[in-house]
Amino acid sequence: MSSPKTMYEKIWDSHLVHEAEGQTPLIYVDRHLMHEVTSPQAFEGLKLAERKLRNPHAILATLDHCVPTANRSLPVADPIANTQIVTMMDNCKEHGLTLYDMDSEHNGIIHVVVPEHGFVHPGMVTVCGDSHTATHGAFGALAFGIGTSDVEHVLATSTLPRQKSKTLLVEVDGELNKHSTAKDIALAVIGKIGTAGGNGHVIEFAGSAITSLTMEGRMTLCNMAIEAGAPAGLIAPDEKTYAFLEGKEYAPKGDDWDKAMSYWKSLPSDDGAKYDTIVKLKAEDIEPQVTWGTSPEQVIGVNTPIPGPSDFDSEGKSKACESALEYMGLEPGTKLSDLKIDFVFLGSCTNSRLEDFRSAAAIAKGTKVPEHVRAIAVPGSVLIKKQAEEEGLDKIFTEAGWEWREPGCSMCLAMNGDELKAGQRCASTSNRNFEGRQGKGGRTHLVSPAMAAAAAGAGTFVDIRQL
Amino acid sequence: MEPYKNHTSVVALMNRANVDTDQIVPKQFLKRVSRQGFGETMFFDWRYLEDESDNPEFELNRPEFKGAGILLVGDNFGCGSSREHAPWAIEDYGFNTIISTSYADIFYANCFKNGILPITVTQEQWDVLRAEVERFPGVQFSVDLEQQMLETPGGTEFKFDLDQVRKRNLLEGLDDIAVSLQAESHITDFEERQKKELPWLWHSA
Ligand code: SF4
Repeated sequence: MSSPKTMYEKIWDSHLVHEAEGQTPLIYVDRHLMHEVTSPQAFEGLKLAERKLRNPHAILATLDHCVPTANRSLPVADPIANTQIVTMMDNCKEHGLTLYDMDSEHNGIIHVVVPEHGFVHPGMVTVCGDSHTATHGAFGALAFGIGTSDVEHVLATSTLPRQKSKTLLVEVDGELNKHSTAKDIALAVIGKIGTAGGNGHVIEFAGSAITSLTMEGRMTLCNMAIEAGAPAGLIAPDEKTYAFLEGKEYAPKGDDWDKAMSYWKSLPSDDGAKYDTIVKLKAEDIEPQVTWGTSPEQVIGVNTPIPGPSDFDSEGKSKACESALEYMGLEPGTKLSDLKIDFVFLGSCTNSRLEDFRSAAAIAKGTKVPEHVRAIAVPGSVLIKKQAEEEGLDKIFTEAGWEWREPGCSMCLAMNGDELKAGQRCASTSNRNFEGRQGKGGRTHLVSPAMAAAAAGAGTFVDIRQL
Repeated sequence: MEPYKNHTSVVALMNRANVDTDQIVPKQFLKRVSRQGFGETMFFDWRYLEDESDNPEFELNRPEFKGAGILLVGDNFGCGSSREHAPWAIEDYGFNTIISTSYADIFYANCFKNGILPITVTQEQWDVLRAEVERFPGVQFSVDLEQQMLETPGGTEFKFDLDQVRKRNLLEGLDDIAVSLQAESHITDFEERQKKELPWLWHSA
């Protein structure tokens, strides 16, 4: 009998195309996702080398990073953004690729629209020129981000030279507190293992708290695997996965569906499979999380005071603490509830799905955003925007003083004009709190959608368990 | 990609360590949609004055270094962000050879994807080479990739280490894609097998 395998090993083995002496193993890529920022030079490289695009059917593209969230008509005001958008449209047209452009009712953030249409299935290898490709691990697909020359490589060959990763099992057992979410699990894991904790590993998330998550929650969690240093996160497919996919545009149909199901059921890690590293967390211990620094690992429970350099035992970490405190304009010992915020951003491929808007709206209902605070809600896709409006969520937000926007990446990376001014403090549902990520000098605190909504209503961070 | 040819070329000296990719191609140029033409943006902040005329203080602007094809540069070259614009810029500017005591990993790998030979030397070797360029600015070194030899008019001559697969790829002008396409029959076989075993992957997209 063959030895027990992890899900990662099964996917790896089934995608190994060729292993030549002295060369990096070549693995097959089933699906290739694209957006306007990291693809133009790849298409150009293809043309310069007179190469053909191997599998146009394997590609799905959208416009998201630099699309405006206010006025979506072309040309967009920023000429550079406009060039990227037009170049993407031309490239897709030339190669006959499916593109969800700004007029499409399927437009939205790549990692939001792809699952909406069932384009990625369990067991697939999926890539995108974007580090948050890890999102699709929620479906049990091996999904990771790549650079521009690798994008070109996949266009030309449908393969990538790749070294096999190690495996890290993150097991979260027990029941989450009522107000803790997948985002809080993600931040708590990163807080525990650090942003380098997953380096060189693919993370598999397992345990009862993970299987209890909705598909949306699983996407939020896998999305942030990259913030723990891992190129990919994985969650075993189960009945929720199948129910989510069934009937979607790109999901298998009829006979194919039955065949696919029996294959998908063979994917979860075998009993007794060996991992290189195992980390365990108890779901009960996970409080609503708030980052205080400039790295996602600089995170605390909402009631914990802001740490100081002496709270860290390594010199590197206490130095990092010192410079983060300075950038963030914080003193050690301060309570999060004493911080005044200026901005709230509800959006990004981490937290811009319908479930996120529902949970934020439940908190925002009947509140009023204070005068000095600006709060924007940016749905992940046109479809989500429509569904939210059908449920009247947009009204809840606008009546509470929020701006209800058009979909896109928006202030997650502040490339489209939505950005913080220097010194502004923001409660954000996105995934990166790096210096300047949301605008030069901007100060980002990562939180869950409900925590963001509570912060918007109060003008400071609040423990939603006490509302 | 052009095959790497043995050559004799002017050596430009940058006696700086830890030159990062942010300096090689500053952030403001990353939004371009073409991979060509980055040579003019290389070292932009050091190379040009406020009015965008050449900064005479910057070493690569020295008249003796014009037309250089070899860059002699300090330790840990290409550190910082993994941007591929850095090797694009270096190649577009006209360098096809770099000599340093060490490189950042990703940058090093990216050089081979763009036909650039990054030679790694010891600190003693580097010091000797630097001294020769300082004494004779505009001096030309010779590189023989096949033999892995570097030779200078001052009489310095040594063999450098190189991964043999990478060396062959440079000599044959094979980028990573060309290397993978050598396994094309394996890719086609894989696809045929997948079409049979997992047919829905080919029906549902
Ligand atoms: S929302 Fe943010 S993280 Fe997600 S794809 Fe857009 S820019 Fe990247």
